[in-house]
Order: sequence, then structure tokens, then C-alpha cells
Amino acid sequence: MDHRPQAWGRPRDDVYGAYDHSYLQQSGPKTATQSPVVTGTSVVAIKFKEGVVIAADNLASYGSLARFTDVKRLRTFLGTSVVGFGGDVSDMQWLDRHLKELAIDEAYDQEPTAESAEAAAKEGLNAANLYKYLQKLMYKRRNDFDPLWNQILIAGLDEDDKPFLASVDLRGTSFTSPSLATGFGAMLAQPIMRLHAATEEDAAKLTREQAVEVVKECMKVLYYRDARSLDRYSIAVVTKEGIDLKEDEQLEKQSWAFAERIKGYGTQTV
Amino acid sequence: MAMFSQNPTMNGPNYSFSDTPRTKAPEGAREHRFDPYTDNGGSTLAIAGADFTIMAGDTRLTSGYNINSRYHPKVFKIGGTTSDQHDATIALSVVGFAADGEALKERLDAICKMYRYRHGKPMSVKACAQRLSTILYQKRFFPYYAYAILGGLDEEGKGAVYSYDPVGSYEREQCRAGGAAASLIMPFLDNQVNFKNQYIPGSGEGHALQERERKPLSRQEVETLVKDAFDGAVERHIEVGDGLQMMIITKDGIQEVTMPLKKD
Amino acid sequence: MPGFDFSNYNRNAALHARGVPLPKATSTGTTIVGCIYDGGVVIAADTRATSGPIVADKNCEKLHYISPNIWCAGAGTAADTEFTTALISSQLELHSLSTGRKPRVVTCMTLLKQHLFRYQGHIGAYLVVAGVDPTGTHLFTVHAHGSTDKLPYVTMGSGSLAAMSVFETQWRPKLTQEDAVKLCSDAILAGIFNDLGSGSNVDVAVITSEKTTLKRNYIKPNERTQKLKSYKFARGTTNVLNEKIIRKEDLGNFVTVEEISVAGPGDQMEVDA
Repeated sequence: MDHRPQAWGRPRDDVYGAYDHSYLQQSGPKTATQSPVVTGTSVVAIKFKEGVVIAADNLASYGSLARFTDVKRLRTFLGTSVVGFGGDVSDMQWLDRHLKELAIDEAYDQEPTAESAEAAAKEGLNAANLYKYLQKLMYKRRNDFDPLWNQILIAGLDEDDKPFLASVDLRGTSFTSPSLATGFGAMLAQPIMRLHAATEEDAAKLTREQAVEVVKECMKVLYYRDARSLDRYSIAVVTKEGIDLKEDEQLEKQSWAFAERIKGYGTQTV
Repeated sequence: MAMFSQNPTMNGPNYSFSDTPRTKAPEGAREHRFDPYTDNGGSTLAIAGADFTIMAGDTRLTSGYNINSRYHPKVFKIGGTTSDQHDATIALSVVGFAADGEALKERLDAICKMYRYRHGKPMSVKACAQRLSTILYQKRFFPYYAYAILGGLDEEGKGAVYSYDPVGSYEREQCRAGGAAASLIMPFLDNQVNFKNQYIPGSGEGHALQERERKPLSRQEVETLVKDAFDGAVERHIEVGDGLQMMIITKDGIQEVTMPLKKD
Repeated sequence: MPGFDFSNYNRNAALHARGVPLPKATSTGTTIVGCIYDGGVVIAADTRATSGPIVADKNCEKLHYISPNIWCAGAGTAADTEFTTALISSQLELHSLSTGRKPRVVTCMTLLKQHLFRYQGHIGAYLVVAGVDPTGTHLFTVHAHGSTDKLPYVTMGSGSLAAMSVFETQWRPKLTQEDAVKLCSDAILAGIFNDLGSGSNVDVAVITSEKTTLKRNYIKPNERTQKLKSYKFARGTTNVLNEKIIRKEDLGNFVTVEEISVAGPGDQMEVDA
């Protein structure tokens, strides 16, 4: 009989045979979350006079398969900020859970005054604070070589109640701009948005209606040209008054009429 | 008896799972590693004068062929009493990987603020420069991918510029260009600030010809050189453009100026 | 033997295996577009040529002549777009002379795609082919691997998505010539300002059944800024270590000089009238 502690409580080799180590591989490097699996595509957002408009479609792709068609990629935080996620959906859900815990922790510190939710929100974390928090989080994870495979847009208001929009990616790179877009949107939607809001001054002249119109136009172009996109999308408008989030919008006024006039790819005429 | 089992791996302790022999990865299996670095482009520049230092950088942030932001400052005030840095006396510029640059700036700023709190006086540029070198070398095997330049006034009130490589090698210089267009700007600076390859006409023949004497430039001259250097870099480097941010450090504090650059 | 010279292949493969990198080719990391309108077709391009992150040429021409009524916009490796369009232009001219007909856009497109397909993408030419011929107005794209496409509006190059965002928001059927020129130049501008591979000016070519109008530098939104200082050096600033003067009479000591007499009437080269 073998009495060494390593053998305690284990099946006896002389009865059952040696353990086949191929069942449990403990060697080699850690491979978990080293590449995205189920992914979301672009998030687009633009600032206007009183706030920010942000949108993302409701698709989660599994490679080139349109796997889940009702995934909401815009998340609200404390009723004052909206976070839009591109990239890995499981990491998005982890972050969502993490931010919910953070929101609850924040709420405990709050005095239950008779004032409105708006007043309470003023005390809590604003979008600029949330941006800094997420930037530190993402940069920490990249330093640990265990990145959260996302590019994130944070929309809301800063400490002076001015529109705030910023981006953080899986390496902790962070920046702000009058308009922002992740993934494919950085190439397709950003040129459209820059036509309307090239500078902060231009963005401050946009009305809410104009900004919503621009973002919807961008979502349409992305649906035309991004093969990993969908025509059902979420859109949120963040202002001092709060968040107006619609999570099941349908792209309108699509135009596919040109297709009938196209004949072949070369010499074909019929 | 287990000891004499027909299984060869049984001769010796073989129960702990972590004792399993390291097997080679199956043939064809490729390991996709995460690359923690990117280059966010941009360029910086610093010139020391007799009683001032000018630090400058463009404000474009890129990734690949995309412009992430047209206004992302690369020059920061360091070690003020508060977060608005109104009483800062030192400026730091960083180019390379933006996230590392940001982290480096915040580390140095926090250290300078702690020094001020503990000693009741701001850190000297010399001390700050040495500390920055230590911070960079501490991450020798996972470096901050950032080219830093530190600027301020030394104990005698003269302009001081310290330039760094990503792992902490540093040197005090009269002028330095960093980042994407460094190789375009630096030769221009050598010629126009340190008067390299310039001789006094008619002062001699061949090797006897006298070199043009180096003398510190005026603030106006330096500002002109900085603007012209960046206008030149914008013409020939695709990652440089959008805006020019300049910080002028004098004994009266730090003045910040921004002006437009070409946006293509 | 016509075609490419592969005699350095083995040497280069050996060098490459030892870690010698390939020389960097000038690329036209580019925005090029084309758009059909009622009565003709418009193509446009930016004018930046790059070598890595460095601007190699600030005002290069990316609109290439094929025949009087067919023009090409080229993206990709600069030399490949230049030589491929010149080669096909020549072949098309000979074909036109032999058949006694005007060259057709489909012929040009087919010659290009067959040539490029043969080289399996190693000729890095990405082209927008446009023209008007007796069969009508045509617009194609040809990729380096030989695939083609036929659409009412097309974009190519590194700025193709920026340019396409303009077409997808502003294009409509039955454009006038002015509208088509405006649309194409706006698409190029989107590339110039949003794509780092594109920059400088906008070139436009308008092709109708009557004529082709090349509007070189149609828009110049990126004029070079005036330097604040003059960088003229005083004469004698550069150190001269030694000096040697060779007079014209003594030139024969270094190179062979042969005086050529003016050709007589029977000695002239044969040229077309």
C-alpha cells in the first residue's frame, strides 16, 4: 500500500490503473480569454449641444455566423451615463456585472435625501469619472496579460454638466473627441460624423434632432457595408434630464433599388 | 504491489497532478498571444533657452491609418499642488504607446505631488529627471513604450531639457525631438539650434575655418523654429498633424499655446 | 523573351532567408473613386504617395491615360499601376488600329483582369476603370488578383471606406455632371482628411462621349504653410575642404566625348507625320 500523502483519497493504481494525465492538461501557457469569441461590431456616438447620442446594433457574431440577434450592447450606469461595448461579448457581460456592483456600492454611500434622482446622480460618479475608472481597469488587465477584449465608448456629462464622450480599448488606450466610433465605424461612420461635428464648437451647435439623424445615417451606412452588422439596433440620448434608451429600433428608409440595375461584374449585359 | 506495477510511470511519486510531465503542444496548435503594445504616432520637441524651456507636441492620436482623435495632448504639466496644475514648474512630453505614456505621466505626477507634500517645496528638475529614469528602469523587462522628454528650469534658472529612451537612459540636452518624426526634425534642430555644419564665412581656409559660435536663442526665435519644424514634419510624415501644443516654461510659470496644423 | 526578368530570384530568396528585408516600394495608399452620371462618368483621386509612414510624393498623378475616352485611377504599388496601365494602353491602341474601331472599356477591363490574374496578385495594381465608348458609359473596378466589379459608384484604396461613406449617404440615381463631380470630389476629401494614407489635392477626370476633361488639382485644400523664417545661409557657411576645377576642354580626359554632326536630309529618323 502507498501511504504518501499524494495518494490519499485517490483511486488505487494497482486496482484501477494509473491516471491518464491526458484528461487534465496542466502544462503549457494559459489560453483563456486571449482572443475574442462571440463579438459585437461598431458603436457610434456624437456630442450635441445638450448631451450625447450613442448607438450600437443588437448583433453578437460567432465568427462569421450571426449568432445572437437581440444582444443589447448599450448599458446605462447610475441613470446618468451610457457605456457602449464593441468586441468580446463575454467580457462585456463581465464588465456589465462589475459596473452594476460598482453602482450598488456607490448607492450605499448616498444619503437617501428627498431630492430627485437627478440630485443624487450629481453626488455620484459622472461619465468622466466612469471613463477614468474603466481606463485604469482596462490598462491594469493589459498589464496582467489578461485583457478584456473590448473597445468601449462612454457617453454622458462631465462635472460641469457639459457633454462628455470618450473611448477606452483593450490596451487601456483612451481618448476623447466630438464624435467617436469603434471597429468598422471608425472607418465608415467617423467620416460622416466629422462632416457634422469636426470640432467641439461644431458639436455644440448641433441640436438633439440633428445628432440623432446623423447617428441613424451612420447605422444605415454600417448596415450597408459592415458584413457583421444588423438592421436592428439600440440608441440612447444622454442629457441633463436623464437617459432616453431605445433598445429595439429598426433601420428605416433603406434603399436597395440600385441592385436591379446591376448586371454582372464585367462583360455581361443581361 | 503498486511499487512493482507494470506501469513505468509508477516508479516514483506520480500522484500530484502538477507533477505531470510537461508535454509538447499538439502539432499544428498555434498560440495566439496578446500584443500589449501599439504605436499611436505623433511627435514631440523640446528646446532649452537661456531662461526658458519650450516643450511642444502635435495633438493627433492615430492607430494604423485611422485618426483616433484630432486633439489628444502629449505635453503635460507635472507636480502642481492640485489637479489643475496651476503652480507646476515642470513639463513632461510623451510619445509612443499612448496608454503607457498616460500611465507614466500619472506615476511621475503622483511622485512629484508626494514630494511637494512631504518636503513643502516643489521638486527640482534635476531630481525629477533622475526619478523619471528610475521609474522607467523599474519596468526594464515590460517597458513603458514611451519616449519621454522632461523640461523645466534648473537651479540657476537656465532652461533644462532631459530626454529619455523607453528603459530609462537619460541625458541633459539643449534640444531634442521625439516620436514618429524625430528623424525628420532632429537634423533641423542640430543645424538651427546648435549650428552644426555652420561656419563663419571667410574666417579661414579648409580646416581652419571657424565654426559658428553657439549662443542661446531668444524665446521668439525658438517659437518660430518649433512652428517651422512641425510644419515641415506635417508635410512629410502621415502620423503628424491636426494641432500644435506648446508649453513655455519661465520663472513666472508655464504658459500653454495651441495652434492649428494641417489636417490631411 | 517578353515579360519580367526572374534572374535574381534565387539570390533574393537566399538574402530574404538570411533576414534581409524587401526594399520598400512606393505605394499609393490612396483614395480613388468613380461615379456614373447621365451623360458620362467621373473618376477622381487624391495625390499622396507614401513609403511607409513617410510621404514620398505630395502631388502625384493617380489618374492614368488608357485611350482618349478611357481613363484609369490607380491604387496600390505605384510602379505596378503605372506600368500596367501603360502596357494595356499600348495593347488597346494596337488593337484599335488593327480592328479600325474605337477602343471599348470592356476590352480594357478584360485585358487588365487577364493580365493581373496571370500574376496571381503579385502585381499590386488596384484600379478603377472608366470610359465612354460606342456601347455606352462604363465603370469597373479591377483588383490585383484579377476580380472585377461593375457598379454605378465605386471606391478603392486605403481611403475607400471613408469615400464610400460619402457615396452611401449622398449618391442618388440620375446625377448631373456638376453633381457627379461634386460627389466624387467630396468622397476624395473624406479620404484625404480621415485616412492617413491619403492626402494633399483632388484630381478629377470627366469623361463624356465627346471628350475627356482632366481637372488636375481640382481642389487644393492642403496648401503648404509659409515658413515663419527664411533659412537662407550666407555664402561661405559650408566648409570647403578641397576644390578641383575641370574645364570643358579637359573633359575628354575623364569621359569619351564625341561631337555629333547635324543630320543631313537623308539621315533623319523616321517619325510619324
